[in-house]
Amino acid sequence: MNKHKKGGAFLPLAPYSLWSVLFIVVPLIFVAYYAFTDEAFRFTTENITRFFTATSNIQAEDGTMQEVRTYLVIFGRSLKLAVISTFICLLMGYPMAYIMARAKERTQKILVTLIMIPMWMNFLIRTYAWMTILQDTGIINNILGFFGIQPIHIIGTETAVIIGMVYDYFPYMILPIYSIMAKMDTKLLEAARDLGCNSFGVLRRVIFPLSLPGVISGITMVLIPSISTFYISQKLGNGKFFLIGDAIEGQYIANNLHFAAAIAFILMVILLVCMGVVKYFTSKTYGGE
Amino acid sequence: MKKIIELKNISKAFDGEGVLNDISLYINDNEFITLLGPSGCGKTTLLRMIGGFEHPDKGDILFLGERINDVPPHKRHVNTVFQKYALFPHLNVFENVAFPLRECKVPKDEINKKVNEILGLVMLGNFAGRSVTSLSGGQQQRVAIARALISHPRVLLLDEPLGALDLKLRKDMQQELKKIQQSTGITFVFVTHDQEEALSMSDTIVVLNEGKIQQIGTPADIYNEPDNAFVADFIGESNIIDGVMLENYKVSFSGHTFECLDKGFAANEPVDVVVRPEDVDIVAPEKGMLSGTVTQVTFMGVHNEIIVDIGGFKWMIQTTDSVNVDEHIGISLDPDAIHIMKKSKYSGMFGDYSSYSNELDELADAGGEE
Repeated sequence: MNKHKKGGAFLPLAPYSLWSVLFIVVPLIFVAYYAFTDEAFRFTTENITRFFTATSNIQAEDGTMQEVRTYLVIFGRSLKLAVISTFICLLMGYPMAYIMARAKERTQKILVTLIMIPMWMNFLIRTYAWMTILQDTGIINNILGFFGIQPIHIIGTETAVIIGMVYDYFPYMILPIYSIMAKMDTKLLEAARDLGCNSFGVLRRVIFPLSLPGVISGITMVLIPSISTFYISQKLGNGKFFLIGDAIEGQYIANNLHFAAAIAFILMVILLVCMGVVKYFTSKTYGGE
Repeated sequence: MKKIIELKNISKAFDGEGVLNDISLYINDNEFITLLGPSGCGKTTLLRMIGGFEHPDKGDILFLGERINDVPPHKRHVNTVFQKYALFPHLNVFENVAFPLRECKVPKDEINKKVNEILGLVMLGNFAGRSVTSLSGGQQQRVAIARALISHPRVLLLDEPLGALDLKLRKDMQQELKKIQQSTGITFVFVTHDQEEALSMSDTIVVLNEGKIQQIGTPADIYNEPDNAFVADFIGESNIIDGVMLENYKVSFSGHTFECLDKGFAANEPVDVVVRPEDVDIVAPEKGMLSGTVTQVTFMGVHNEIIVDIGGFKWMIQTTDSVNVDEHIGISLDPDAIHIMKKSKYSGMFGDYSSYSNELDELADAGGEE
């Protein structure tokens, strides 16, 4: 409606611009710089090609040794776990957000607080808590044992890693969806009912399409950190599921800064391209906004 | 005439506060009926009940004689044009209008035909592909009407649909709505707080206040024969004076006995007398039935609006004569200028222009709704 002139808006933005240049743009330039240079800071693409070509031998399920592209396998594994976790978050988060948005205002506030409380705690501590819950002699197996049920082995499996990721990133899925649903004009839902939709029709034809931007940002906010996560897999996966985040951390600790930067850079480019594609398709669907 | 909707003894309270109080009303097929009242009078709640969005605490809603209290909105042959249109922002004009047809799985070419036809009717033929957010208020309004009409409801509910439009557009849309109603033969139930709108469009007006029906009648009935002081004041301007009905066709007020056209009151029954400002004749003081001093003159274009102090009671008179402040004038009333009402709980609350100011009146009008 009222379009500000760009020049007028610049001055108040100066502190924020300075902040983002210092703490976002400059570090990114450094990452790129390290990724494309060698130890002596001469230009090279070796680090990048190493990501795609490095191989190692792993034992396949049938016991034979196989040569694989190390980092592509790691990246594939990260992507798989991240996609599964994101999907579970969405599956649980969407109905929950819907129910929250329709609840009484007081109930809404309580639920939002309950969802945010775990975020106030340190991420490492939360992961440690899950270790004690999931261990072979942990809380879950104690409870199962109490009822005379055989203990189950969770820790050190992909399931444990996924549980940890879902738990940690769930709020990032539910909050954007909830906030868009809470803002939704109830008159639109009434209009849909008025025009012949039953409850499912209202959900399918009005609520879901209108909540898509929230779903997209929820997916983005869960998928991206869970692709690059590194600590959860070490602790809950007993180190068996080496992820791309662990690879970056490992190279960094081993002081291979240039290769660590290269992996980080490639990851960033892949995520940026994904986000760009998503953004392109959503803006195509929601052209007016 | 066939009754399409009947409301029987409807009561409704929100959080213990009564909104509708024993409302009984029927709506004829093919009529244009207006629910008129100030904000908070319960008119929107009543409309939402017919639409199926509210449920009465007491009483029944009948549709062609069948009780529909528990029928959900999507199963009623009633559609609504919402106050702020409630168009779907993720759909373009065409898809908004096609929305109800897609729900009924109407074949594609039939949808195309019907949507284009109705977009033509509301003069939006070239707008099918436009995003609804890019339309003006008047255009959005037309989309909302087209969307509500396309599945041929038996009844169309309109909740203050013209409230957001500017005056000129509102007048045009009033005419157009009336035309659409007549050409489609669909029953329109229209909610407004604008009395002029109600008078110019409706076949029947239902005046509501404080959750109760004050009067039901044709626009002429409501204007000429208001039932009580609230109706007389709400519909147009009125001087409402305490009087006594001496006998049939004779009423006394302001110290003078007038002939009138009303009968059927008890002898010496106290009554409210309504005199519309445009029905007062100004004459020389010595020739007048009453006389008084002009305290205020406002030029309104077509006429002057003057306030006259007659024995301490301030009258509003609309006249094309030119008079000056402090001038002493006489007034004369024809028998048909006088309308007699029984005393009601609204007696004495309205119809005295002692504290009258145009500006205040306009402020009160504008601040009315939600």
